[in-house]
Amino acid sequence: MREENVSNVNMEFFVDMQRCIGCKACEMACAECETNGHESMIHVNYVDRAHTIQTTVQVCMHCEDPVCANVCPADAISKDEFGIVHTANSERCIGCSNCVQACPFGVPKKQESYDLMMKCNMCFDRTSIGKKPMCATVCPSGALYFGTREEIAEMRPNSTPVKRFVFGEEIVNTKVNLMMPKGSTELKVF
Amino acid sequence: MVSAGAGNKKAFGLDRGSNNYSDLEYAEVIIVAGANVSETFPTLTHWIWKARDRGAKLIVIDPRVIPLARTADLHLDVKPGTDSALYGAMLNYLHEKDLLDHDFINNHTSGFEETLAAVKTHTLSWAEQVTGIQKEKIQQAAEWWGKAKTSFLLHARGIEHHSKGVDNVVGCINLVLATGRIGKPYCGYATITGQGNGQGGREHGHKCDQLPGNRDITNPEHRKYIADVWGIEEKDLPGKGLSAYEIIEAIHRGEIKGLLTICFNPLVSLPNSNYVREALEKLEYYVAIDFFLNETARHADLVLAGSLQEEEEGTTTSAEGRVIKINKAIDPPGDAKTDTSIILELASRLGAKDKFTYENSEAIFNELRVASKGGTADYYGITYQRIVENMGMFWPCPSLDHPGTPRLWEDRKFKTPDGKAHFNPAPYRPPGEVTDNEYPVVLTTGRVVSQYLSGTQTRRIGKLVGQYPEPQLEIHPELALKFGIEQREVVKVSTRRGEGLFPANIVDTIRKDTVFIPYHWPGKLSANLLTPGTLDPVSKIPEFKVCACKLEPQGHIAPPAEKSSAFKSS
Ligand code: SF4
Ligand code: SF4
Repeated sequence: MREENVSNVNMEFFVDMQRCIGCKACEMACAECETNGHESMIHVNYVDRAHTIQTTVQVCMHCEDPVCANVCPADAISKDEFGIVHTANSERCIGCSNCVQACPFGVPKKQESYDLMMKCNMCFDRTSIGKKPMCATVCPSGALYFGTREEIAEMRPNSTPVKRFVFGEEIVNTKVNLMMPKGSTELKVF
Repeated sequence: MVSAGAGNKKAFGLDRGSNNYSDLEYAEVIIVAGANVSETFPTLTHWIWKARDRGAKLIVIDPRVIPLARTADLHLDVKPGTDSALYGAMLNYLHEKDLLDHDFINNHTSGFEETLAAVKTHTLSWAEQVTGIQKEKIQQAAEWWGKAKTSFLLHARGIEHHSKGVDNVVGCINLVLATGRIGKPYCGYATITGQGNGQGGREHGHKCDQLPGNRDITNPEHRKYIADVWGIEEKDLPGKGLSAYEIIEAIHRGEIKGLLTICFNPLVSLPNSNYVREALEKLEYYVAIDFFLNETARHADLVLAGSLQEEEEGTTTSAEGRVIKINKAIDPPGDAKTDTSIILELASRLGAKDKFTYENSEAIFNELRVASKGGTADYYGITYQRIVENMGMFWPCPSLDHPGTPRLWEDRKFKTPDGKAHFNPAPYRPPGEVTDNEYPVVLTTGRVVSQYLSGTQTRRIGKLVGQYPEPQLEIHPELALKFGIEQREVVKVSTRRGEGLFPANIVDTIRKDTVFIPYHWPGKLSANLLTPGTLDPVSKIPEFKVCACKLEPQGHIAPPAEKSSAFKSS
């Protein structure tokens, strides 16, 4: 938590859902940013509040082959050379919500007031100048961590970062890592 | 008004958490008792996870499946008001199985035999009956605790805000002392004191029975020392005062007629709000200093606009006993003044200007350094410069070349009169109010992560209000079925003191005999309309955490939370 606010090219994003305590500090931190019009681009939700207190936290996973961009009829979503999949270009986006429907992680949200799709861009304005994403600097549980693979391996010997997701017959490789039980290689969703 | 403080003084002769949190990192077993860490002290979560990443076992004691309990190795869902029965049974078990540190007990403690004798009848089966926790779980907790080589026990208001808060605290400490795991690396014990200088306020002398440095206001030597520091006659120092709730009682009795408060909103934060309101109405003169006009300040004859932490320079002492510097970021707006300047001006108008001649906040801190010197909470070696250079300094720090004391008791020299750590007998006794036919359900109260204390700040911030807009009645589906309550149905909750209307949130994550309401709201949404003012005989803390209530569904579903009246302040 107290790490210096500096990044290097080897830093990656690691998400560990089991640690999430649902405090929404990440949402508040994200919403402080003017780039997003004070809307949070990270989403914390109860899984099933009637039966459990468990929450999930979702950032954009920055897919290698982003389906959100592939289904966009206006070519408004682009992936840059660093692998960051950007929010819709406001001049191009027609608000059709194809991406909202298509993303396997439920990330893009259409902001009705702007008639625009907005999504997490891994705080590109920060990470590109060596700062960590806002959410990862405030998360009190370590559910969100931004650092190197070596650091995470040292800190969390019982978990393995996974960036391959299998949705039925669809395989999605991502830039963002999900922490899974030690030895896991992929997350399968049936 | 601090059960943890009273318990720690009895056991250690000193009122501070014994360790800083980095001692959690390699603890083998961690007990978190009555502390909804994830919602009330979220930054502690990652310390606990650091230990868990190294294989630590986590035991959470709470009537609800709080976020930390969801993944805990063991969750003891204790019935509110029965905590001391659990600790008693665990101590008894440690003795039976001889999971004790005899060397430590013999050489560094006193009172073990009496303490053990007091819980002789607290068997696992008996404890299961009383606490509602399966005896296998209690046994497992005691086994893990007894056999660990390193450990950390943390507790907070969940065990302290009881009419036997002190019993609960010493019950926890007894478990720590019995295993001798204190004053060593990764062997810790601490209460999680409140964030806003909850620790510092105590040793600075804000408590009605204390003088700076944790000195005792009834001790003639302590009085003499402080009178000399302040340049006054010892006889001019007042004697022991009343704690917060006792002040409300004394107003009722007509013994107190005037009141000055700073950042205090008892109409929301003290139990039995109707009784508190009656007291406020009886006051002849009331001056409230606060940064926003809170519900209580509406009863004031005069309101002085004070400052937020961001608007004033000073220090705060964290739950770890770490003194931290806070810097002024902005000026108080409009006619508002810093709290310090208001107090200095009051002193001046009262004719004591010559005693309050501080040039700046550092000069005030330097006086505290001298005033605390030689006391158990010795700040003398801590200067503004050292705080900044070291990212905070831990008291006791008696001299300028002393490094501070992150971990207490490494020297085994306890601050009690006999220099030993004291076991204190804490046999179980029932809470101040138990359920009966008329009031058949246990009510407990607490907090949510997006609101802070009485909400004077946080109920004004839109996004935080949006996160949890109104107090809900958390209730188990079986209990809801019994009373015919549906999801989000408005329920009248009443106790012997008052009633309120709350929408039901039916969840599996609470005991079947207990309902929960968070307390941050005023007026008809106040959980403290319901809570009792029964005080702990030693600490004088009221029993926020347990009483008996009645549930009556009102036959209509509450409107969606966004449209609720929670946005209005009363
Ligand atoms: S996670 Fe969703 S929004 Fe992010 S890149 Fe992949 S498909 Fe697009
Ligand atoms: S800040 Fe961290 S723990 Fe809190 S909700 Fe976000 S991900 Fe979860």
